Amino acid sequence: MKDRKIVCRCEDLTEEDIIHAIEEGYDDLESLKRYTGATSGPCQGKGCLMHVIRILCAKTGKSPDEVGVTTQRQPVNPVPLYLLAKGDEK
Amino acid sequence: MRLGEHPILEFKKGKEVTIYFNGKPIKAYEGETVASALYAAGVRIFSRSFRFHRPRGFFCAIGKCSACMMEVDGIPNVRTCKVYVRDGMQIRTQTGTPDAEKDRFAALDDIIDRLFPHGAHYKRFTTPRILREFMMKQMRKFTGFGNPPKAVYEGKAEFEEIEADVAVIGGGPGGMSAAIYAARAGAKVVLMDENPFLGGQLVKQTHRFFGSGRHRAGTRGIKIATILEDELKELENVDVRKETKVFGIYDGVVAAVQKDEKLLKVKPKKIVVATGAYERTLIFENNDLPGVYGAGGVQTLMNVYGIKPGDVGLIVGSGNVGLILTYQLMQAGIKVAAIVEAMPRIGGYFVHAAKVRRLGVPIYVNHTVTKAIGKECVEAAEIARLENWQIVEGSQRVIDCDFICVAVGLSPTHELLYQAGCEMKFVPELGGLVPIRNKYGETTVNGLYVAGDVAGIEEATAAIMEGRIAGVDAAIKLGYGGDEAIKIREEVVKDLEEFRSGPFGERIVAGLKKVVVA
Repeated sequence: MKDRKIVCRCEDLTEEDIIHAIEEGYDDLESLKRYTGATSGPCQGKGCLMHVIRILCAKTGKSPDEVGVTTQRQPVNPVPLYLLAKGDEK
Repeated sequence: MRLGEHPILEFKKGKEVTIYFNGKPIKAYEGETVASALYAAGVRIFSRSFRFHRPRGFFCAIGKCSACMMEVDGIPNVRTCKVYVRDGMQIRTQTGTPDAEKDRFAALDDIIDRLFPHGAHYKRFTTPRILREFMMKQMRKFTGFGNPPKAVYEGKAEFEEIEADVAVIGGGPGGMSAAIYAARAGAKVVLMDENPFLGGQLVKQTHRFFGSGRHRAGTRGIKIATILEDELKELENVDVRKETKVFGIYDGVVAAVQKDEKLLKVKPKKIVVATGAYERTLIFENNDLPGVYGAGGVQTLMNVYGIKPGDVGLIVGSGNVGLILTYQLMQAGIKVAAIVEAMPRIGGYFVHAAKVRRLGVPIYVNHTVTKAIGKECVEAAEIARLENWQIVEGSQRVIDCDFICVAVGLSPTHELLYQAGCEMKFVPELGGLVPIRNKYGETTVNGLYVAGDVAGIEEATAAIMEGRIAGVDAAIKLGYGGDEAIKIREEVVKDLEEFRSGPFGERIVAGLKKVVVA
């Protein structure tokens, strides 16, 4: 096993991967998210969002407020589809 | 690896059942989650990671991460840390060939950087078309989460509409207090929590709280949860829904799923969000190795299910959580090799630190963990000294331990608030992204309140008071309670100010100045 610093456990991204993507020019949160997949795994950024913001701030010199956060949408918790189908009957 | 005797807790084991893990029978007890039963049976690898096929194990224990997702009775992507065992349950790992424990592709981790460096899926093998299509087919075999369900869901699927004055989301100290105070003023309340028990993280707290008597000082956290639950039971106008996950707020309507068998549409006049916080992670080499846990995960294993997380631990972070956890581990008969702290001083209260020191656990300030060492789970950890936040070369040394607890703070569970449309602000003093609100906890969304850690990381005592304020204010705005309720509200506001006036409240007060508007 190689020694790696994992930032995003769901999408398996290392710190190097994030830095590499920023250096390639994906230096705002939304395009970085789309290029790497960070914050879009099953945990929806609970583990990685703050680290991605921190790395982005360090690399670009922006403040956390300037970097912003990713948009959160419903459902914020997983919902089984058979239940949503049930709800529609009413 | 189950704990027998414990000086404070008493573990009531449920009926013995047998579950099957990749076909192997495993003994478990009713009331345990699948993940904890597997952990107790010595299973350490729960899944293989998405790209590198690295082993992943038990981690957050509260359904927030993805490491424990498995196929349960044919249904994929089930978070096994949130599902309770049933006799005859069939559990299979869903990553790795043939299974996660003996994954044939584990060797990929060492060579993948040469074959597929990061970003290669956008650049390599894209021309000609035929090669691209072939590679896409091959790559898809390796990716994705789980296999399509083999079983058809045959359980119940119901729908229920609930009308209430106040909907409280989260049954921890903040949420329970909000429900109690809103109901006492006369409002009809519905309280929802995702766990089968109320109390939130209080159920793991075996230590006594301090502060003044009015703030329940001297009472253990677990006891506070029972006191609050008893207060709730006395109120007839509170509808408690356990195992209910809220997944969205749509224009003031709360949508939730109860026990995965009922869809709830709650139409409240006011909403109190008290969803708490989740743990922060720390980045160091091999920070994903099974055996690197969040402090909360270890507390859940040990204090809720009575399962030993390991034999010797290393604690990262000397805040109150780290210090209390150290003490709790020792209570359960588990050794703690050391506590490392990156700051030049201990973060938590002096009383807790003194207790830990008396027990002989060294606390290394200006130190951090740089690497987890081990093949498939933690066998040791490498720590190093920091100077101006830089690792001092040559100061690295190896500490023997078989698990590492990361206790480096919490982040508010902001998702639901953000989704509901609350104006949010990044405030480091409060732990991250928190909503703008007034002094009664009402956010920029009309009728939506916050209380507890989701409004800023503090502690249970403050969460209880914030909950009371939000709950009673919601009731007052609906015309309940009269002058008596207003008196109660102002008293609690004053109480909370007093509570925060000490030296430990300084940081919180500074943070609140940025988000609390008149």
